Amino acid sequence: MASLTLRNLHKRFGNTTVLSGINLDVASGEFVVIVGPSGCGKSTLLRAIAGLEDIDEGTIKIGEIDVLMLPPSKRGIAMVFQSYALYPHMTVYENMSFGMKIAGAPAEEIDQVVRAAADTLGLATLLERTPKELSGGQRQRTAIGRAIVRRPRIFLFDEPLSNLDASLRVKMRHEIARLHDMLETTMIYVTHDQAEAMTLADRIVVLRDGFVEQTGSPNELYNYPANRFVAGFIGSPAMNFLAGFVVDSHPNKTIVRLESGTMIHVNTGAGELSPDSPVTLGIRPEHLATGGNHNSIKTEVKLVEPLGSHSYVYLDTPDAHEPLIFRASGDFRGAKGDGLTVCISADDCHLFGTDGGELRQKPSGRITINQGDHL
Amino acid sequence: MKKLWSGSGVHIGLSFLAMFAIIPLLWMLSVSFMSPGEVSSFPPPLLPENPTFDNYTKLFEYSNMGRNFLNSLFVASAATLLSLTFNVSAGYAFAKLEFKGRQLLFRCLLSALVIPAQVSMIPLFLMLKGMGLVNSWIGVLIPFVASIFGIFLVRQYALSIPTEMIESARIEGASEMRIFQSVVLPLLKPILITLGLFTFLAAWNDFFWPLIVLTDSDKYTLPIALASLSREHVQDVELMMAGAVVTVTPVLVLFLTLQRFYMSGYLAGSVKG
Ligand SMILES: Nc1ncnc2c1ncn2[C@@H]1O[C@H](COP(=O)(O)OP(=O)(O)OP(=O)(O)O)[C@@H](O)[C@H]1O
Ligand SMILES: [Mg+2]
Repeated sequence: MASLTLRNLHKRFGNTTVLSGINLDVASGEFVVIVGPSGCGKSTLLRAIAGLEDIDEGTIKIGEIDVLMLPPSKRGIAMVFQSYALYPHMTVYENMSFGMKIAGAPAEEIDQVVRAAADTLGLATLLERTPKELSGGQRQRTAIGRAIVRRPRIFLFDEPLSNLDASLRVKMRHEIARLHDMLETTMIYVTHDQAEAMTLADRIVVLRDGFVEQTGSPNELYNYPANRFVAGFIGSPAMNFLAGFVVDSHPNKTIVRLESGTMIHVNTGAGELSPDSPVTLGIRPEHLATGGNHNSIKTEVKLVEPLGSHSYVYLDTPDAHEPLIFRASGDFRGAKGDGLTVCISADDCHLFGTDGGELRQKPSGRITINQGDHL
Repeated sequence: MKKLWSGSGVHIGLSFLAMFAIIPLLWMLSVSFMSPGEVSSFPPPLLPENPTFDNYTKLFEYSNMGRNFLNSLFVASAATLLSLTFNVSAGYAFAKLEFKGRQLLFRCLLSALVIPAQVSMIPLFLMLKGMGLVNSWIGVLIPFVASIFGIFLVRQYALSIPTEMIESARIEGASEMRIFQSVVLPLLKPILITLGLFTFLAAWNDFFWPLIVLTDSDKYTLPIALASLSREHVQDVELMMAGAVVTVTPVLVLFLTLQRFYMSGYLAGSVKG
């Protein structure tokens, strides 16, 4: 268990800057999930922490130790790769014991540690198999087992579950959560999967083009995204965005005119924005509703995706360039071409200025966010 | 149905072609058991009338063939060992280790591939002469130490080893040497066998270079011995064929035993797998 401190981390590959000044503090025992679009530098960041990639500028501290000059093996980390990177010519047992054997641990100790890890991961009966005789999930477990055996101070995971099918992914997700509860080791976890990020993280870090856009608990990021990018990135399906202009604003109330002329009341101040400034209104699919005339816009049903418990309804409207997504009840009856009036919840609207920054203030005391407060 | 037809068509075609390759070999074997002069009769017989081992006895008793055989065995084995040691480590380094000028150096090597070996033989010979290595084993073996083709072959194969596997071993604290031994070499096995076989065959069959370098008939390898034998016994075709059988058989057996691995290595380089 150890904390991790990144200061002003820079990394360039030739002329392309991949990390442009990353600052991050991870508390000991914390589970931090890094998300971001493809190519934003997530893997590079993880590899830099592991010592597999030299950095151009900045410091990396694990615990109180500056690890910049240390080789990967001396940093007290273990890494689980997306491709598992198991040694194909070794058995599960040999794969898991390789590191300890190199370190010169006595055979009885190796045996004890490897078998304990195998028990934890349900690999006890598979120890003599080679990786090609394992299923995807079992390979993944072996890779995790190999990491556990090292007893690292920090676990690094790079999209560990992305090669698994959906149901196995959920199962392994629970297993990783259980592992974190059990080992209480600091974990840094890169993923593309919203559900993994929201359920596993104590804290999510949103990365874009080598910058940290925002860090915060899953709830915090979901309810109070710092800017339009984070708002659009966290949450699936994504937040709806409607372009408009400020008509009138008060400290806790703004009236926005959408492109079609519809007026929308929003229970949020518009900050410094003067009337007629362009503004983007953001509303999540679950904060749209039918059956009302207040704060409503006229739309036409384009597509219905029934998912049983609920349906996602895609709506065309002159106020948005992309179809609006509306989360309706599972028994939603509507067909392509039907007209539908949806209301926008004034309390749940987000407003973004021209620079993309969120104008809605996080009310002090209304929502308290605890660490480990999973959705 | 159509597929089956075209399949057997290919088989018949290939069997026909294989006959062209195998019949001379079989006849060589057959002639080596004939008595002197028998093959020169007309029409040439396919099988010996009275099969005899005389040619083989003569070969090993009156000429130095036994000695030559051991020489060849030594040269080919040593060449294989040297080639594997240097080409495999170099090929792996070019594929997976970061060092300054890697790309440039590799491109230089590749462009040197267009220079035919014969062109460099005379300069190489003069260099060896300067170093006093003419008529020495080292002299014969030097061209096998590093071959661009060998390096290239190993590199292409090593490229398919996932880098993350090597990095994983690095995180676990394995030294570069340990990674090479415990992780890389086992994965390179098919290409080791392929390259080893290539080198062994090339060294065993090599004629021109040993002919230039070796002056002492005690050091002659089989192909040179065979050539000088044919100079002395122009008439004695049956004896010559026995010599040819002795020369060809070991490599043929080696090739056939290792063929399974050899094929997998050969294909693995081209088809990523
Ligand atoms: N060895 C390298 N040489 C040059 N450029 C590289 C190298 N490794 C990564 N990059 C570039 O750095 C950028 C970030 O790559 P990185 O692998 O960190 O992205 P990522 O966020 O992990 O993406 P993904 O979600 O697709 O895995 C990419 O534009 C990539 O092309
Ligand atoms: Mg990545």
